[in-house]
Amino acid sequence: MYSCQRLASRLHGFHAAAVPLRTVCPQPRHFSPRICQISTGVASRSDLAKELELQLKAMREKAASALPGSDWTPFEIRNDLPPKRVDILIVGGGVVGWSIAYWLKRKSGPRKALRILVVERDPTYSQASTVLSAGGIRQQFSLKENIELSLASLDFLRNINEHLGVFNEEPVDLQFNHSGYLFLASEKGAHIMEANYETQRYAGAKVKLMSPAQLKDMFPWINTDGVALASYGLENEGWFDPWTLLSALKRKALSMGVEQCLGEVRGFNYGVQSVENRELGQIQLRRITHTNIQMPNSLEVVPVESTLVVNAAGANSGKVAQMVGIGLGSQTAISGISIPVEPRKRYIYVVHSPDGPGLDTPFLVDYSGVYLRREGLGGNYITGLSPEESEEPDITNLDVDHDFFQDKIWPQLAHRIPALESLKVTSAWAGFYDYNTFDQNGLLGIHPLVRNMYFACGFSGHGLQQSPAVGRAVAELVLDGGYKTLDLSALDIKRILHDERLLERNIV
Amino acid sequence: MEKWHAGLMTCRRQMLWSVTIRRNMSAAAPASSSSPTATSRFLLWLDQTFHDVEPLLNWNATLRKRLVRKKNLFYGYAQRNYGENIAAAYYILNLKGAFRFAGQTEWFRSGPRGRFSYDFMNYPATKIEEIDLSGTPINHNGLDNLVSQVHLRKLTLRGCPEVDGWFLSRLHVFSETLEELDISHCPKVTTGALSALTHLRMLRRLDISELGRVQNPGLVQILTEEMLPHCLVIGADYSHGLVSDDTTQQIESTPGHKTQPVATES
Repeated sequence: MYSCQRLASRLHGFHAAAVPLRTVCPQPRHFSPRICQISTGVASRSDLAKELELQLKAMREKAASALPGSDWTPFEIRNDLPPKRVDILIVGGGVVGWSIAYWLKRKSGPRKALRILVVERDPTYSQASTVLSAGGIRQQFSLKENIELSLASLDFLRNINEHLGVFNEEPVDLQFNHSGYLFLASEKGAHIMEANYETQRYAGAKVKLMSPAQLKDMFPWINTDGVALASYGLENEGWFDPWTLLSALKRKALSMGVEQCLGEVRGFNYGVQSVENRELGQIQLRRITHTNIQMPNSLEVVPVESTLVVNAAGANSGKVAQMVGIGLGSQTAISGISIPVEPRKRYIYVVHSPDGPGLDTPFLVDYSGVYLRREGLGGNYITGLSPEESEEPDITNLDVDHDFFQDKIWPQLAHRIPALESLKVTSAWAGFYDYNTFDQNGLLGIHPLVRNMYFACGFSGHGLQQSPAVGRAVAELVLDGGYKTLDLSALDIKRILHDERLLERNIV
Repeated sequence: MEKWHAGLMTCRRQMLWSVTIRRNMSAAAPASSSSPTATSRFLLWLDQTFHDVEPLLNWNATLRKRLVRKKNLFYGYAQRNYGENIAAAYYILNLKGAFRFAGQTEWFRSGPRGRFSYDFMNYPATKIEEIDLSGTPINHNGLDNLVSQVHLRKLTLRGCPEVDGWFLSRLHVFSETLEELDISHCPKVTTGALSALTHLRMLRRLDISELGRVQNPGLVQILTEEMLPHCLVIGADYSHGLVSDDTTQQIESTPGHKTQPVATES
């Protein structure tokens, strides 16, 4: 009995080497108390042999797993940390950020393989502008660059399976609705609409101008009271599902080797070089060396070294730029001019009306700013309005103000479409525009003060529809040093320093 | 040899994990609604077992796409040297379609092996009135060859695998004259694509039966009839997709979608 106890404790002691032989260790599970009452019977001896066999086998397995060549380590492996060093770090995992990542990988190819990291702080995208948008795409802009960006993005979306198809995965189905945009103009705005029509036709958009009589003939459910001119997109316009585009870009980029990190960018480590300039005096030129990323639900901040940083943070691009010191200098210096991108809250209301217009409902945009489009086949519509500058809602949360619908949107809707006088608001949500307060157009390029930070922000509600073309443009800037397919030098970020506004008149 | 064998074995182990998330081979078989054939199942098994099969199957998919692109090139040479009508006619015959000139009753078709007579070149100034492109791989790029035929009255696109919303949205160039359109059995046409047909105001007959990607054929039938009030729409039955009798009565008693009277032609 004593010998078997010693044997049991010796075997048990292999797991915890410091246990002396004589202590009474807790009996291991497969040892029954009976084993200690040794007898000369055959049954207990074979039991003992079997237990011994099992124990020896466990010992062998444990020894084998601790030897080199197995995947056991005493250190815990963490998969959530970003790599220590990457070539390009993209701040922001929205549709613009992933589009840039995809195009960088596509243009660089396997030989000149770049290590790209996309940093996104919210995997659910609960506040991201991409997934909260209405998803429309149009060419009816007043600026030639916007029209070209939109046409190029449409070309991408038309052949999306050739671009973003991953082998053995489902094909991408954007659920594209091919109804055009219908802009209505009053007497005051008719000449602007005509000028825009010239620009659009010249740039290659297929748009048709209609008089109120033609409008009434085409869409009998519109009340043409107060409408002087209407502009209708004939092809290449419509709306689609933003989630699908984002997931497709992400899936393809990940399949090409782009890495993703969940975390929030908290700051940058940068080196400063003082340079003498004849007109401006001493300027501090910065070069980012490390990006400090805070891990989710943790106080841990991880530095990631990178050659280039791309700021595609959407509504928070201004804040990210401030982390490098843009906007924090004195009022008179260049470093005092901050990136003029700030979040602006916009509401979207889902309304239901069984008597409303049917399958041919275009994306209607009234001259008052109210827009409406069909959603699904059940008589549901999506509507919204950009508020006046003075009445911008509070941006600390994404709560919806239903009074805004009652006071501002419903009267205009009921006036324009009498069938929608009786409607019911079934749902609503709010999202941020990454609003460029300077001139409501995108900001692309390198900031003169930060040598290695590229910007792709400030699209003011058009980021989704311009994202594929913007991704290609930024990839060309990074890899080729200049624009190759579309010349977007008019949208360069340096215009905010020269105070040259490039106004877009058709903002919805 | 052993290393290759070991590599195969690792591959097999890794593939076993991903067995649960494998989908239909969409690259090889675009019609995912039908059950996979024995060949595609075998290819799927090959792909799951060996890493090297994936690029081969990728090439297969790329070659198919290249073939479609080749079929839809712009016939610039023919247009410059022989005029738009002959270029359009030549394009249609190359795709193995058929057409009829305006003012004639004879149809020009290509033979069983793709051969056709060049008699159509005798009529360089006549526009084409009816086109039958059923079963051809025409897509939105191929329409570049046909947009000059503004007197087109009838277009048949039955069972065309590449006709989708982008194609239909380009048909607005025929809005003045197109009277009959048949897009039945086209697998890529969705409901969003049908909303592009609102430009075709002269349309009198539209066939939208058996569209695989349209989820509610009965409802879409009603909405399309409402969108094109002077057109006879052939497609699903109104009762398609309606639930059983007692709930049908409840649906009938609520106000319907129709805001205009629907005129049907016999």
